[in-house]
Parts: sequence; structure tokens; C-alpha cells
Amino acid sequence: MAAGGTSRRIGAVGSRILQAVPVVFGVIVISFLLTRALPGDPAVQFAGQMATKESIEETRVKLGLDKSLPEQFLVYLGQLARGDLGQSVSTGQPVTRDLANRLPASLELTFCALILSCLIAIPLGVMAATRPGSAVDQVCRILVTAGVSLPTFFTGVLLIYVFYYILGIAPSPLGRLDFLYIEPPKVTGFFLVDAALIGDWETWGAALRQLILPASTLALFTLAPIARMTRAAMLSALSADYIRTARAAGLGRARVLYGYAFRNALLPVVTTLGMVFSFVLGANVLVEKVFAWPGIGSYAVEALVVSDYAAVQGFVLAMALLFVCLNLVIDLAYSVIDPRFGTEAQ
Amino acid sequence: MRLSRRDILKTGMMSAALPFARVLPASAAPRDALVAVSAQTINSLDLHRTGTNRASYAIAVNCYDRLLTFGSKTLADGSLSYDFTKLEPELAESWEVSPDGLTVTFRLRPNATFQDGSPVTSADVKWSFDRAVSVGGFATTQMKAGGFSRPDQFSAPDDMTFVVTLDRASKLSLPDLAVPVPFIINSTLAKSHATEADPWAMEYLHQNTIGSGAFKVTRWDQGQQVVYERFDGWVGGPLPAMRRVVLREVPATATQRALLERGDVQIAFDLPDKDASELAEKLTVYSTPVENCINCLCMNFSFEPFQDANVRKAVAWAVPYEAIFQTAAYGRGLPLWGGEAEITDTAWPRKTPYSTDLAKARELMAQSNYPEGFETTLSIATDLLWMEPAAILVQEAMAQIGIRCTIDKIPGANWRTASLVDKRLPFHFENFGGWLNTPDYYFFWAYQDGHLFNSSNYRNEEIETLTNETLDMAMDDPDYAPKIKRMFEIVLDELPRIPLYQPALNVAVNGAGGYEFWFHRMLDARSLTGGEA
Repeated sequence: MAAGGTSRRIGAVGSRILQAVPVVFGVIVISFLLTRALPGDPAVQFAGQMATKESIEETRVKLGLDKSLPEQFLVYLGQLARGDLGQSVSTGQPVTRDLANRLPASLELTFCALILSCLIAIPLGVMAATRPGSAVDQVCRILVTAGVSLPTFFTGVLLIYVFYYILGIAPSPLGRLDFLYIEPPKVTGFFLVDAALIGDWETWGAALRQLILPASTLALFTLAPIARMTRAAMLSALSADYIRTARAAGLGRARVLYGYAFRNALLPVVTTLGMVFSFVLGANVLVEKVFAWPGIGSYAVEALVVSDYAAVQGFVLAMALLFVCLNLVIDLAYSVIDPRFGTEAQ
Repeated sequence: MRLSRRDILKTGMMSAALPFARVLPASAAPRDALVAVSAQTINSLDLHRTGTNRASYAIAVNCYDRLLTFGSKTLADGSLSYDFTKLEPELAESWEVSPDGLTVTFRLRPNATFQDGSPVTSADVKWSFDRAVSVGGFATTQMKAGGFSRPDQFSAPDDMTFVVTLDRASKLSLPDLAVPVPFIINSTLAKSHATEADPWAMEYLHQNTIGSGAFKVTRWDQGQQVVYERFDGWVGGPLPAMRRVVLREVPATATQRALLERGDVQIAFDLPDKDASELAEKLTVYSTPVENCINCLCMNFSFEPFQDANVRKAVAWAVPYEAIFQTAAYGRGLPLWGGEAEITDTAWPRKTPYSTDLAKARELMAQSNYPEGFETTLSIATDLLWMEPAAILVQEAMAQIGIRCTIDKIPGANWRTASLVDKRLPFHFENFGGWLNTPDYYFFWAYQDGHLFNSSNYRNEEIETLTNETLDMAMDDPDYAPKIKRMFEIVLDELPRIPLYQPALNVAVNGAGGYEFWFHRMLDARSLTGGEA
């Protein structure tokens, strides 16, 4: 039975991945066409400060942009087939290497922010739902309203002002590591993981200290949807028939609350988490700018500003793949949380 | 190029010398390491590469030598600036110009070595110059400004002698050898990394500095920081006081200011005018007017109303200069309005005879072919901060004389294409600055037909001839001044571009000294010192 379930699950994962193929191809085509449709001429951009008509044309040929669109697309597909995302003109490095450097920085920040956010928002939502109208509920409401209404760059600058500038307890907001420390050897690109792997707890602590302010900024921003969703889902779960039955059957309060109500309320919360994750990864840019965080958001924006086609396409593609994986993980999480979703529900 | 973790730990210097180590109290012995922050990102260590951005020119300045450099002078406010009129030796020990001005013979410093210890020879100079004129793009274009366009113009008769042959004698040739572009590369090392597909070792130089300059890059984390380490064998000038300079990329100016005020960094480079004027109340802020650079309001001759001389003059009399200077530039820089009508000298940028006089502007509009006014679009770039406030003020002022402007914001990527290459914006701003500080060089780029920064599609036959004549002419030639004055007269009368003000480069320091302004607007780490002076 268990083995059958596992193989069925693997089959389901396989079919989900197959379903993603046309989506990813679509993303490739659209990102290619959209970058070309952008205003801005990379040849002009990259011909440098002083340029003449000839030097601009020379640059165009050098970048391979003198070829027709279909030709450029074929070249691009050929590169992709070899696992090559092309060369970023502005960084002068392969896009894959840029992404490998930048993506972990953003992911580490986003994960930390979401974990922090969940640690606060979910208990808060549960408490608010069990005691609607109470003081906890009001606190939850205030925090949530503040979280959504304060723009991230504002919160970021405010936190720097208070904790770094005035109190002097936060480290300098200079990216992922104070430069007393050397980056841990790269395994995952997540400094917390890499430092832990070699047991360098000093660097680990330093990386964590750098993370606190930006992660709090993002966490405050993401509190709202998670807390509100937890509260709403808990409220509807608590008013459901099976809870009434459970209570009538004399089950303990904790058992009712966490064993039945919370587990059922978790589904919409996980869905929300997935959505929040995706928009936070995109909305990172401002936080990255304020904290000089070398993440993917600022990379993509810079690439867009200078019409660096390969970099923009690589970014869009990486994001698309990330979301395909994310959706898969969320769907799998569903079936773990709620067996009714099973594997037929594909 | 990248030091391994172990290397750095082994040397044990990192933690001892880094300014961030809080073990040193602020008043400790003069520091030998500095941290500078800037919003710009360095995207290559090789200025010649296609796609290298402006901020990266700093690497060429600090890590490589040129044959020549400029001397320095003290400005009226006591700050230091390079001096365009004083050419000084860097890698060249001496140079000699033939009487006809067509051959320049350089003697190299006999004791100069590259950072790997090998001697600098004229073969390296030749290879580097060949590279600059061959790779295309910006490097090649800038070399042409000095009259260098083909490898056969350069020869190395012996190890210490380098000869440049010019097609025509020009006063711009020697100064053009002191701009960041013709930097001298260790050609033996470069060639060992060259391939058939990459004969100029672009790949290798993109990631490595292999010059004879005062600093070498020991660490470069793209998008984060560049670490300069002093090269103690440098002979191109006095040995820098700083052993290590870290250039950190911090995009948000609010963060830059917090870091600087806390003293965790010592220099904030290229600050916006607003932040500079606010910081100036607490810290030392250098705001140096950028030589040969003018923020202008341009009128495009391809659009009918602007073909009318009365309209252009009416606009020039209606512009609220003072308000723009205060609102868009926070009073940083130099005003360029309200000057004498008579042109008696060759100073450039110079004050125009125009100022804000709405009565005069209305009168001129009434005499024009558009007494009822007209509608037009005023275009601005979204990422150039000064343009938006200036545009709003211009829009208001134009409404007073019947010119109804719609403000059109053009994103950064498209700005150069729309304004400079397609030249399709009727009414817009422009901020060209020439590296070579002569008026004729400015005219060449900004007033001659078809050239990049002539975004007004302006063409005047007399300007074409006079610019061509003065471009190579020595500045002490008796014909020079009259011709230049005539050029000023024409363009200030015809007004394809209305000079608004001369912008400033803002640099704030806290615990660093020796800052010197350079025309290339990059941070020259060589003159920096650890204490404010």
C-alpha cells in the first residue's frame, strides 16, 4: 500500500513536470519576444559614452543583434539546449553564473523572512480566530494593517535609522556579510547553510546578523496576508460541523484546535504562502537596494535598464522554473496535509 | 584573481587592517585603509570591453598607468582638482614633439615594472595602443578624438622608446593620452591568455588587472565591492598613502548617508545634489563643477515651431533659471545665465546673456510665427534626477508664453536612443560633458551636425567650418580666440541648446582627505589620505 502510494506519487510528480514543459517553452518564447519589444537599443547602450554611428553598428554586430529575429531565436534555443543561458553583456559573465551568484542571496533572504513571518503570523492568526474581538485580535489587526501599509523601503530605512544609526546595535547595512568575514566556501550559496556545513559559527552568526534587518523588513510586509488568511481559515474551520462533533465527543481543547481545526485551516494558508513567496521574491528589489543586498531583483532591474537581453531572459526563465517547482511543492504539501487530495486530484 | 579563503586568513591582514574592525578607536593612528561607497556598479575591470559601464573606468584610473597624466591645482574653494593645462609624465619619463607636430617620441621610465615584476617596455605600450584603436566601441572612438586610429601609427624602435605618428597635428592628441582609455597593459601576460577568437585577451582582462598602476584589484565581487591593494613598486607618481581602498556598492543614498555619518565608511562618492546639500551641514562635502559639462534645455530644429528664431529666444528669456538651479541642483554647481552680452574671452562653459524676463519673452513670441503659442512635448529621462523638477518649472514658465508642454518621461534604456541617436525629441534636456576641456571639443560633440550629443539636429555651416578649424588648432594661436568667440556668438544667438547650469560632482568625506576632482568623474584612490585635511 505504502509502496504503491509512493510510486503513484512519483508518477504524479512526473506528469506534473511534463505538464510544465509547454509552460516553460511559452515563457521562453514570450521572454524572447518581450525583451526585443522593449524600448531601448542595447547597441546604443553598450557602445559607450562617446559613440558614433559606426561604433554603434560595430557594437550591434558584436552583440549578434544584426541578425533577424528568427535567427536570433534559433541561436538562443541552441544555447538553451546546451544549458547555456547566454552571456550577459553588462556583467560580462555567463548568465548562469550570475544567477547562481545572485539567486541564493535572494532566496536566503526570502526564506528567512517567510519563516520569521510564519512564526509570528500563524500563532497570531490562530489566537485572533479563537478569541475574535479580543485584545489579541486587535493587536493582530493593527500589526497587519501596519505591515501592508508601510512600503518596504520605508520600513527598511526606518529600521536602519533606529537600529544602526541611532542605537548602533545592528551591523552596517552592507549586504550579506560584514567584510571582517570571508564568504564561506560555496556549496548551496546560502551563507547560513554553507557556514554551518564547515562549522564556522562565527561567520554563521555574522551572516545571521546581516539578515535580521532586511528579513524583518520583508517579514513585516508579508505578515498581513498570512495572518489574515490563518485567522479567516481558522474561523471557518472552527465553525464547521466536524469541530462541533469533535467538541460534542468530548475531545480536548488542544486536540480540537490543533488536530482538527488547524490542520484543515492549513490548506488555504499554504496556498497563500506560495503566493506570498512569489510576490516577495519579486518585491525584494527595494529591500535589496536599501540593504545593498546583492540579490536577483536588483540584477534583473539593472539588466532591464540597460536592455541586457540575455540577462533578462535568463532571469525570467529562472523565475518560471522556480515557480513550476514551487507549485509542485505546494501541491505535494496539499496531499500531505489533506489525504483527500491524494494523487487523483492532479 | 580571487583570493581563496585560506590565503586571506593566512596573511592575517584582513581583520587587522580593515576599517570595519571596531577594535580601533576613531582617533587611532592615521589609517591606511579606506572604504568608499557609491551607488554605481563596476561591471568590468577592462575599460575596452564592449558593455563596460562608466563606473568601471575607475579601474583603469587606479590600476593602470597611461603615458601622461594631468597636474593638479587648488580651486577657489580650497579643494583639489586636476589641471587640464598641465600635462605631466606618468609612465613616460619625457616626450618630445617634432617641429611639424606630427611625431611624438616618448621615453619610458627605465625603472617602471608591471605588478608581476616584469619591466614595462615600449612593446607593451604599442600592444596596448593597438588594442585601444582596434577593439571598436568607446575605446576606439575616444582614441580617434586625439587622432589615433590605426596600429601603424605606433612604433617601438627600442625597448624604452615609443613613437606616435599623427596624420595631422592637433592640440588634443597629447591630452587624449592622459584620459583613462590608452592605459598600458602587460602585453606578455595578456598575450599568454589570448586565443585565436580573442586576440586582445578581453576575457582575461575583464576579470584581472595586469597593469603597472598604483593599485591592483585583489578582490572583485560583482554587484558588491572592489578591493584595491596598493602596488608598492609603482613609479608613476608619489606612492599612495592608502594601502587598501574598498569600493562598496550601496544603491540607496539613505543607507550611504547613514554609513558615512556613523563613520563606518569614509567616502560617499557621487551623491545626488539633494543629499550633498543636506550632508554639507554636518560633514565635508566637495561639490566641484564638472568642467566642460552643461545641463541644457534643447530645442530640436526638425520640429517646426523651434525653427523660428524668435520662439527659441522667447524660450530662453522665459526659462526660470534661478528656480531650476535651486530646485533641481540644490544650488550645487555654477549658474550659467545673466552674463554679459559681449563675448570677451574663451571661457566655456560661460554665462549666457539670457535671464528670466517674461515681458521680453512674450514680446518675442508675439513677433514669431506662433503668436498664439503651440503645443509640444518636453521629454525627460526617468533616471536622471535633475530633469523632472527642471521640467515642471519649464512647463509652468512655458505656459506663461503660450507654449503648452506635456511632460514625457522616457525610461533609462530608451533615453539615449530617443534623444541622442534618433534625435527625435522636440523639446528635451541634455547634459553632455567633454573629457577634453576645450570649447571646440564641446562644439564637436554637441553642435556639429550628426554628432551624438547634438540632439537638436542643429546645423550651421559656419559652426561646421569653425569647429573643424579650431579642433586641432593650438589654443595660443592668434586665430584661435577670435574663432572661438565667433562660435560662442553664433550658438548663443541661434540657441539649439539653452545652457541652464554647470552641474557638480558631489563627494562627501568623513575621516578621509586628499580628494581630487578629475574630469572622468571617477574616484582616484591614489591621492587619498587617512585623515581629513
